[in-house]
Amino acid sequence: MEETTINNDIHVKLTEKFGEKVTAVSEPYGLLTFVTYKDVIVNVLLHLKNELKFNFLTDITAVHYPGKDHGIAVVYHLNNMVERVRIRIKVFISEQDPTIPTATTVWKGANWMERETYDLFGVKFEGHPDLRRILNMDDLGVHPMLKQYPLEDPNRVDKKDEFFGR
Amino acid sequence: MNHNHPVFTDNDPQSELVTLNLGPTHPATHGVFQNVLQLDGERIVSGVSTIGYIHRAFEKIAEHRPFYQITPLTDRLNYCSSPINNMGWHMTVEKLLNIQMPKRVDYLRVIIMELSRIADHIICNTIIGQDTGATTTFLYLFQFREHIYEIFEEVCGARLTTNIGRIGGFERDFNDIAFTKINKFLKEFPIALKEFENLLTRNRIFIDRTAGVAEVTKETALEYSWTGPLLRATGVDYDVRVSDPYSSYQDFDFDVPVGTSGDIYDRYLVRNEEMWQSVRIIEQAMVKLKTEEKGIFHADVPEFYLPPKQEVYNNMEALIYHFKIVMGEIDAPKAEVYHAVEGGNGELGFYLINDGGRTPYRLHFRRPSFVNYQMFAPMSEGMLLSDAIINMSSMNIIAGELDA
Repeated sequence: MEETTINNDIHVKLTEKFGEKVTAVSEPYGLLTFVTYKDVIVNVLLHLKNELKFNFLTDITAVHYPGKDHGIAVVYHLNNMVERVRIRIKVFISEQDPTIPTATTVWKGANWMERETYDLFGVKFEGHPDLRRILNMDDLGVHPMLKQYPLEDPNRVDKKDEFFGR
Repeated sequence: MNHNHPVFTDNDPQSELVTLNLGPTHPATHGVFQNVLQLDGERIVSGVSTIGYIHRAFEKIAEHRPFYQITPLTDRLNYCSSPINNMGWHMTVEKLLNIQMPKRVDYLRVIIMELSRIADHIICNTIIGQDTGATTTFLYLFQFREHIYEIFEEVCGARLTTNIGRIGGFERDFNDIAFTKINKFLKEFPIALKEFENLLTRNRIFIDRTAGVAEVTKETALEYSWTGPLLRATGVDYDVRVSDPYSSYQDFDFDVPVGTSGDIYDRYLVRNEEMWQSVRIIEQAMVKLKTEEKGIFHADVPEFYLPPKQEVYNNMEALIYHFKIVMGEIDAPKAEVYHAVEGGNGELGFYLINDGGRTPYRLHFRRPSFVNYQMFAPMSEGMLLSDAIINMSSMNIIAGELDA
């Protein structure tokens, strides 16, 4: 897909700074999306915040892709309010060792977003000041948004995708 | 046994501090919020918020529902302005499917969304009045929320959890009664809002209780990812309707009010001014509707728009499309999309990942109440208990949106 000029600028600047640590750049529905790694994520966020004017942290969440090497994607949405640009950053981390440095050092508002992600996906944000569950009770024992936990009785057969040709 | 909520117990007999459990159910907090506060006299020394009392796992449920069945889930996020959530979700899916909406549908949506914004702001501002001791204002303006709900009832049949519209438009056209009621509302509401402002805006008691209380700077608000009227009260003119226009908001002429100090009084003023602006937008939309071709209330996308029941029973194509939509068999691109709308409390975002299955692979709601509320406990430190209560009302935290 053709990159718009402003997204292209950001892409060029990020590649200059972080080289091959910025990969898989795409632009679905006009939103610049790239993948980076957990050893540089805080630097990337700081660079975006301080140099490229992405002053606002919209959201942090995660996605679970079971069966892959790095099966949990932590997704950040940032917003540059002045130039009206949004950006999406993904970091893939391993399911066995779901750790990633915290973004609370960059934005204080990341606190509850990371607690929610920890609660639902078990992502451990290293350096987070207060990493407790937030929506579920502490003795739940599992991180319910992971795909291995079914919503309904797994013995039900009437809702399986294979019956619908998928 | 672990407890999610910290329970302070003071074993020191010499301690001057008192622990107060404000909530989970407390008449002054308008919803299920627990805050364990340490008090020194009437001043709050520290506080810890616990949320999640009405967590219903919507994000998990959404992974098991076809797109059209997710609309009722969004009703129950911010249930004071359900139509905004419904339409935010519809627009997210339309963005995913690249559906171009007819202008008339956009304008009809704008009318409904601005009415819900007014309903939302009525609740918040009258509750601030109520919590500062002015019950009259609450009872007086609240009847207009009822009038708004009557309009919703006319359009979709429901009042609070509206499930309004469909992916691709509305399920039916607005009838004449709806337009009559909207016109009646546009005539009567400004008079009542003016009177409401006369009661509170220059009221000495109200100003003493709210001005200078819970001041927040721009920098702090942005640091904590605040959006909506709370952010605008601190002086940042960020409004999703302007920065990322959706549903043809770029066709309308309206102002984004901003405050200066971010205190409770400023938030009240910002919300009041937004109600005036919403009235302005609805008036413009009513004029624009006159030039649009009548009878168009949905986009012409039969493969995505749920057909009317009569046609399903009498027309083969409609039956096929109905079956495919209900079973989640529509051909949606494998993609991810983020769409944000300006909800009553701020930026309401939908992050949807579709993998071509019957249901979303992942759906995340960026809920403004959740993000805004995290600052409540830190900012309460040093505040009087009674100020913290009106601070909470002025943040307009809706439990359904907080806990999802």
